[in-house]
Amino acid sequence: MQNDNKRFVERDRDWHPPAYAPGYKTSVARSPSQSLVSLQTPSASELTGPDFRQLRMGRYDNDLLMNFREDPALAGSAGLPAGERIIMFGRVVDQYGKPVPHTLVEMWQANAGGRYRHKKDGYLAPLDPNFGGVGRCLTDEQGWYRFRTIKPGPYPWPNDVNSWRPAHIHVSVMGPAISTRLITQMYFEGDPLIPLCPIVQTLRDPEAVETMIGRLDMARSRPMDCLAYRFDLVVRGELQTYFENQ
Amino acid sequence: MKQPNSQPTAELMLRETASQTAGPYVHIGLALDVAGLPERDEEIWNRMARPEADGEHIEVVGTVIDGNGDLVRDALLEAWQADARGEYRPEFDLEQPFNGFGRTATTAEGASEWRLETIKPGTVTRGDGRVMAPHINLAIFARGVNIHLQTRLYFEDEAEANAACPVLNAVESPARRQTLIARREEADGRVRYRFDIRLQGEGETVFFDF
Repeated sequence: MQNDNKRFVERDRDWHPPAYAPGYKTSVARSPSQSLVSLQTPSASELTGPDFRQLRMGRYDNDLLMNFREDPALAGSAGLPAGERIIMFGRVVDQYGKPVPHTLVEMWQANAGGRYRHKKDGYLAPLDPNFGGVGRCLTDEQGWYRFRTIKPGPYPWPNDVNSWRPAHIHVSVMGPAISTRLITQMYFEGDPLIPLCPIVQTLRDPEAVETMIGRLDMARSRPMDCLAYRFDLVVRGELQTYFENQ
Repeated sequence: MKQPNSQPTAELMLRETASQTAGPYVHIGLALDVAGLPERDEEIWNRMARPEADGEHIEVVGTVIDGNGDLVRDALLEAWQADARGEYRPEFDLEQPFNGFGRTATTAEGASEWRLETIKPGTVTRGDGRVMAPHINLAIFARGVNIHLQTRLYFEDEAEANAACPVLNAVESPARRQTLIARREEADGRVRYRFDIRLQGEGETVFFDF
């Protein structure tokens, strides 16, 4: 009966994109046609989840400028990834605004030219020998996370005759239970490709799109070095119910 | 159900960040070896049990199939399960014999099977005292999947426990319940369970909302 006194706020599936979203063509054959079966009585199976505090993070795991250099010992700018240096940071909070500390935040992205380091990515932009495109970190006591990276480039993709993905960073957050697990994408404030993207358009509510836009934060930018973008993540809130067995 | 009165009303609550597909390159971020990237000191992967872990050691394999009957070759799966005694142990530590959390992926080549090395979980009791049959919770992320799909894997050779499981019985159609049962095979002297996931259409796997 571990943690069965916990409850999470119900997931609003009208706010999340529907499984079947024909404008995003891959979803057509990959969306269940039967409705989801509701678990009216969540159990420890849903209300618990992994705690990654003991997972050893490397020194550069959250620094994509450094973690794939041909030679990390190289001094100065030699061997640094090409592109616009940025800091991506934010806070993981729950729906009540309470910080979510010590949770795993993972991210991956294309390089400055819009090319992924993946054998299936055949886009003509070159790979960057100094850029891998993956990072991870744990949030601190107050729920903050931070990465240093380069701004990814937009790229074309074969959904339609002329579909382009806006610049984006994939973000994965665990939260306190598997009920709070979520993968999303951060887009960049002001990008004219955002409203044109069929994946962004899987969201029906314009406010939901707003929650996925990283905001330029000049106060946290580093002069002569990096611009900063803030992206806060909200995971499901935990309700405490004290009398469920009565 | 009473709730503490310090909880703000629904209008004041923040909205959960909206989901977006993990895309075709999820392996870069969460399955580095499959993506061909150098691995870090410690990675979360599919070997959940070391030889010294308590319980029956098993292998779980399967494919992911779409509505056209084609293999989904770019999926990432996450597993969460109780230990052999039916207890969830949140601490993830690669130094310990068993971790209840693991990741696996289907791949671009060959049969495109995902695979977990784990132990058979024990029964888990719900807050209402009802006992759930041994199961592994699975989440599926992939290109074209806008929010991850959540399912459960049950074991063919637990017929009695399965028949009494309140969650399996929450699936109204007995035929659909069968989509949650992994088939037992013996392979190279090891116990293996096969669990093919069908995202859509005939034999569509049951997915849960919780």
